[in-house]
Amino acid sequence: MSNWNWRLITTHAILIIGVLFMSLPVWVAFATSTHAPETILRDGLQIWPGGHFFETYREVLIVDGGVMKSVLGTTMLKNSMILGIGFAIGKVIVSMLAAYAIVYFRFRLAVPLFWIIFMTLLLPLEVRIIPSYEVVAGLGLLDTHFGLIVPLIASATGTFFFRQFFRSVPDELLEAARLDGATAWGFFVDILIPLSKTMIAAILIIMFVVGWNQYLWPLIMTTKEENYTLVIGIKQIYQILAEGGELPQYQKAFALTILATFPPVLVVLVFQNWFVKGLVESEK
Amino acid sequence: MANVQLNGVRKTYPNGAIAVRGVDMTIDDGEFIVFVGPSGCGKSTLLRMIAGLEKITEGDIKIDDRQINDVSPADRDVAMVFQNYALYPHMTVRGNMSYGLKNRGMPKAEITKKVEEAASLLRIGDFLDRQPNQLSGGQRQRVAMGRAIVREPKVFLFDEPLSNLDAKLRVQMRIEIKRLQRRLNVTSIYVTHDQTEAMTLADRLAVINDGKIEQMGSPIELYKNPATLFVASFIGSPQVNRLPVTFDGQNLVNGDLVIPGFTGLPQKTRLVLGIRPDDLHQSGDGQFTLRVDIVEQHGADNLIYGALRGTEENDADDAEFCFKTDHSLLPALETTLQLGFDTERAMVFEQESGQRLL
Repeated sequence: MSNWNWRLITTHAILIIGVLFMSLPVWVAFATSTHAPETILRDGLQIWPGGHFFETYREVLIVDGGVMKSVLGTTMLKNSMILGIGFAIGKVIVSMLAAYAIVYFRFRLAVPLFWIIFMTLLLPLEVRIIPSYEVVAGLGLLDTHFGLIVPLIASATGTFFFRQFFRSVPDELLEAARLDGATAWGFFVDILIPLSKTMIAAILIIMFVVGWNQYLWPLIMTTKEENYTLVIGIKQIYQILAEGGELPQYQKAFALTILATFPPVLVVLVFQNWFVKGLVESEK
Repeated sequence: MANVQLNGVRKTYPNGAIAVRGVDMTIDDGEFIVFVGPSGCGKSTLLRMIAGLEKITEGDIKIDDRQINDVSPADRDVAMVFQNYALYPHMTVRGNMSYGLKNRGMPKAEITKKVEEAASLLRIGDFLDRQPNQLSGGQRQRVAMGRAIVREPKVFLFDEPLSNLDAKLRVQMRIEIKRLQRRLNVTSIYVTHDQTEAMTLADRLAVINDGKIEQMGSPIELYKNPATLFVASFIGSPQVNRLPVTFDGQNLVNGDLVIPGFTGLPQKTRLVLGIRPDDLHQSGDGQFTLRVDIVEQHGADNLIYGALRGTEENDADDAEFCFKTDHSLLPALETTLQLGFDTERAMVFEQESGQRLL
C-alpha cells in the first residue's frame, strides 16, 4: 500500500514538474506583459499579473504606432492567419493529389518518384532558400501572400502520410466504385476525401502550427512592414523598441509573444479530438 | 438479361504466374452459374476478368455478343457483390445504393424510386438512412446486393459473398439469393469454394482446378457422373471414398483385398476406385469388411469411418473409408461391418491423369 503511494507521489511529482517546466515561461511572459515598462526595467520579470493588461494589449493590437512604426498587431495577426491557413490547406491539397497519383495510378517510375519526393525531406526550405528566393523574386512575387505560401506547400511528410493511409483503404472500394461508374476524379472526391476526413483534419492542424511558426522564409520574403507576420514582428519589435532613447517597451514584446503563441494553442485545444482520431484510428 | 460467352480466356500475370489456362464457356440468358474450386484455382480471377477488374491476357469475353475485353467495368453493364461487401463506409445505405445510378446521370426522383423498390425487395427499407457500420453482417450483405440490383445490370457477379457470415446466416442468405435470382431472372455468376453452396445454388456448375474447367454441368450430373477424380472428390459430402487399386484382368486388387465384377480396364496402371459413402450398404456377402474406427452421429445419419480389411498396409489416409447410414446403426468401435456396393455405381479413375475410365 505504502509502496503504491510512493509510486503515485513520484509519478505525480514528475508530471507536475513537467507541466511547470512547459508552462511557467509562458505564464511569466503573460504576467510580465501586464506590467508597466518601469516595473519591468526596475524589477525584472514578473510572476504575478499587473494592472496594465488592457492598456498594453490595446496599444499592441489597435493603436497606430503602438507596436511598430506603422503596422498594427491585428494586421500581423491577420498575416499570420493567412500564412498558417494557406500553408495548411495548400499542403493538404498538394500532398493528397500526389499520394493519390502514387497509390492509385500505375505509371512507370511511380515508386522511384515516390522515393524522390520522400528524399526531399532531407532538403528543407533552409537549404534551397536562395534559389527559392530567386524564383519568387524573378516572378515579382516578393511581398505577396501568394509568394509567401506557394514555395512552402510541397510536402513530403504530407504525401507520405496520405500514401500510407490510401494504401490501407481496401481495394474492393475502388473496384466497387469503378463498377459503379465513378471516374478517377469521382472516386477521389466521393470516396477518398470523405474517408480521409480525420486524416485531413489532423494534417491541417499540424501544418497550421508549422505554417504559423515559419520564421526564416517570411523574414526574407517580406520587406514591407504591413506584410509582417507575428513571428517576424517579435523579432523586429526589439529593434524598434530599443531605438529613440525612450524606455524599452518590454511589456509589448511579451504581449506580442503571447499573441503569437495563443492561436496555435487554441487550434490544437479545440481540434485535439479530431487530431488524435486522425493519427491513431481510421474508419474503413 | 444476357448471355455470356468466354472463348479461350487466359490470364498470365506480369510475374509469369498463370491463373487461368484457357476457358471456354457459354452461359445462357438467366442462368445461375457457379464457379467452384479450391482456393487459388483461378475462379475469382475468371470472375474479375468478366467484371473488367483484371485484364484478359488472351481470348475474349462477350456479353450479348458484344466483345467486352477492352470495355471499362462501368460500361459492361455488370454488377458485383464482394466478399467483404465493399460498402462505402461514409455513405448511408441509400447513398451506397444510389451512387452508381447517380454516376450514370439518372434523375433524382427515379433514383429514389428504384432504391426504395430494391430496398423493399431485400427488406432493408428500414435501414436506408443508416450507415454500414450500424448494420449486422447479414444486413450489410443485403445492402451490397441491393447496390447490385438497383443498377438492373445484365449480369450479376458474386465473389464468395457469404463467406464472411456465420453458418446459420449463410444458409438463410443462400436461399434468399436463389429466390432473388429466380425472381429477377438475371444471368448470374457466383464464385465459391463451398461445395454445398455450389450444389444448392447452381443451375450449372463449373468445377475449376488449376486454371482449367474440370467439368461443367448441372449439380446432380456432376455428382452422379463426375468426369475426373478431382470432380468426384470435390463434389459431394462426405467425400467420395478413394481406394488405390490395380486391375489383374478380372479383379481390382489392393493388398489382400480382391474386388470382382469389373472388366475392360487397363492392367499395370495405377487406378483409383471411387465409391460414394451413400452407395455402400450393409450386406452379409458384401465385398468389404470395415473395421469401425469412429462413428459420427449427425442426427438423421451416422457416418462410420474405418479401415477396410485387407488394405492394412496402405497409408492410413488411403485406407480410410466412410460409410453413410441412418441413425439406427450404431456399431461398437473395433467391431467389423460387412459392406457391399453396386458395381454399376462404382467409379474407376486412372490415378495419374485423374480421368474416369468406368
